[in-house]
Amino acid sequence: MKNWVVSMILLFGLWLLLSADLAVPILIAGFIVVFLIVLLFSVRNPVFRDIKLGPKALAYIIIYPVVFLKALVMANFDVARRVLSPSLPIRPAIVEVRTILHSPIGRLMLANSITLTPGTLTVEIQGDSLFIHWIDASATDINGATESIVRGFEKYLEVIYG
Amino acid sequence: MQIAHIIGGIVSIVGSLFLLLGALGIVRMPDAYNRIQAGTKATTLGTLLFLAGIGIAEPGWLPKLAVLILFILFTNPVSSHVLARAAHHIGIALTSRTVADKLREHEEAARD
Repeated sequence: MKNWVVSMILLFGLWLLLSADLAVPILIAGFIVVFLIVLLFSVRNPVFRDIKLGPKALAYIIIYPVVFLKALVMANFDVARRVLSPSLPIRPAIVEVRTILHSPIGRLMLANSITLTPGTLTVEIQGDSLFIHWIDASATDINGATESIVRGFEKYLEVIYG
Repeated sequence: MQIAHIIGGIVSIVGSLFLLLGALGIVRMPDAYNRIQAGTKATTLGTLLFLAGIGIAEPGWLPKLAVLILFILFTNPVSSHVLARAAHHIGIALTSRTVADKLREHEEAARD
């Protein structure tokens, strides 16, 4: 049920952005299309089944994009600095980190966020382990790497997706 | 109106500067994985700023530009991840400056 409602809200938001029109016939058409899509796809793919909708989770859903955008901008200046400096200051490594997230959508968000932020790129996920290519590895052991790469996002994603 | 066009233009130019840095990164980085890193991050923010600049100059296009930005934010990391995964899977070597490769250790341990 929760999966249906969240899917429909998201798809209807997408419809509103695409149509950019609030006329009643268009809204009704959008609702029918969204309903059919959710009916066809949500039964077998409960993507949002694990999402939490308590007040704290809702607040974090709003805060998370801000945290993420800040990390994205910092990532860009960081990579720009490395690319431009003549000595090319990189210390690359593939490190292993562990995640405490269980839901597939939570892990997807975590892996995507890691890929888009400072010098880290998710290479592989196996079980609870994420293998991450790190452009400037300050710690190659599993605990140190987990602490510096994953914690910042996991704090929010844990509340939202569990 | 005029001011919106100027601000939008400046934001778009900053975005294209990031795209330029991304291209430069692809040339300068020593191996495939580091190139993917430079390619992913700079192009994400670059494209984002570029589209935002267009949105400031032409506010009527904002909803569709928002869809484009979301699409890039969700697809760009996935494609980079798949490229890196495939590269590691077929055994493309990391640069000699690499300090650790836990994934290869993990795979070798699993094979033994």
